[in-house]
Amino acid sequence: MSLARHWRLQDERYKLIGRECAACGQKLFPSRDICPYCGSRDLEPYRFAGAGEIYSYSTIYQPPAGYEGFVPYTVALIRLDEGPLITAQLTDVDSEGVEIGQRVEMVTRRLREYGPEGLIVYGYKFRPLLKG
Amino acid sequence: MRGVSIIGIGQTEVREHWERSLRGLAVASITAALDDAGIDRADALYVGNMLSGELTGQEHLATLIADFAGLRGIEALKVEAACGSGGAAVRMGYLAVASGLHDLVIVTGVEKMTDCENGLVTEALAMAADGDYEAMQGLSFVALNALLMRRYMHECRVSHEDFAGFSINAHRNAARNPYAMFHRPVTREEFTSARMISDPINLLDSSPIGDGAATVILCPEEKAQRFCPVPVAIIASATATDTIALHDRDDPLTLQAAHEAAQKAYAQAGVGPEDIEIFELHDAFTIMAALSLEACGFADKGRGVELAKDGEISLEGKIPISTMGGLKGRGHPIGATGVYQIVELVQQLRGEADANQVECDLGMAQSIGGTGATAITHILKGPN
Repeated sequence: MSLARHWRLQDERYKLIGRECAACGQKLFPSRDICPYCGSRDLEPYRFAGAGEIYSYSTIYQPPAGYEGFVPYTVALIRLDEGPLITAQLTDVDSEGVEIGQRVEMVTRRLREYGPEGLIVYGYKFRPLLKG
Repeated sequence: MRGVSIIGIGQTEVREHWERSLRGLAVASITAALDDAGIDRADALYVGNMLSGELTGQEHLATLIADFAGLRGIEALKVEAACGSGGAAVRMGYLAVASGLHDLVIVTGVEKMTDCENGLVTEALAMAADGDYEAMQGLSFVALNALLMRRYMHECRVSHEDFAGFSINAHRNAARNPYAMFHRPVTREEFTSARMISDPINLLDSSPIGDGAATVILCPEEKAQRFCPVPVAIIASATATDTIALHDRDDPLTLQAAHEAAQKAYAQAGVGPEDIEIFELHDAFTIMAALSLEACGFADKGRGVELAKDGEISLEGKIPISTMGGLKGRGHPIGATGVYQIVELVQQLRGEADANQVECDLGMAQSIGGTGATAITHILKGPN
């Protein structure tokens, strides 16, 4: 599968780098060329801290092709502290231990492989914050 | 702009059609519609389809279908808007006739989903979402809708079982539609205990994978009586889009595109939701049915589920939905569905719905792409 496509997405996948609109101040993830809030084209790279809370979640039992090895796995919409929602898998978590509102943090994990000799794609997932 | 009428309809049964091909299904529905209209030629063909390339290795679909349907030479174009491809094709056909550029237009929706195994179909369906930022995270299309359902249950304080009425109603109506995929009613007990796909969505929340094709023939309203004693008029046609990804929505639980398309359609037709007597909505999942009813003004925000609990969505209720089974019971051959919705409204408005007949003169259909990213709404008026 396309090496170039995944290479282009490294900043987002590994470092959670999106954009900040210089005109209206909105933080955007993923990156875009045009601010969807004010229409400005003046967007600067912005690195999100990776902290947020769970907005919604679901445990998948019937996966799309390529993700069978993870079943059952839990995916979520996470509200990052800076504002945007992000879609990601949860990791290091028991599917019964997940709650809306739970605090989570970004980690880098394997997203999928393309066959036994194919590309391995890594990217962001989120795990519950360990209680102090 | 001139008025547009529907003068012919045709459909295949929705099934796992092992013996029928993509082109065969499309041609069968076109032939049936041409016979219904009493014509054998048209000016243009618009084909709604989402996955012909991915699942059957075939693109350039409208030209292929025109060729094999005895329509060589005419304008033929494929239209795609994910699960809203059928509605999108109806929209293009409407524009072609309303603009004055074409007098006879065939609109066909077709999908062949069962040639591939489940994992590949699941992967393909996720192409309705954002590939780099939703699908790549391992989300199936069901999972995206499950995220909505879980959040809805949390915010609106309802349980999974509160959605049962959508599934029960759809299957009850499908059982009496010979073209529908499912012919067995479903009980509340079966709904609550069905196999989980992506929780909280289970098998009986979800529309099925299947094959089918549906066709409508459009002509200018002023010429309709030449072809059809019971022409049905399209009195509104409107499309709106929202963000493709759920995570970019202002409020994921508001189907903003569905709301805007419905508002535009109501304004064009000079009506409000209280005037709509039948609503073929996009019940790909029970949560979508609830959210569609809210977005189009049939229920207040957070209260769509009550219409199902109170029986108002049944044939005898205030706002009958899925009257021939809907996506849940009749089936959801992805790109064909939007045209099936129009075919079924025409059956209802002509008085040809047999056991599922609703007394109606004004009906609405809404075809949705993705998780509410595209919404195409049509309002139809009966011949009386």
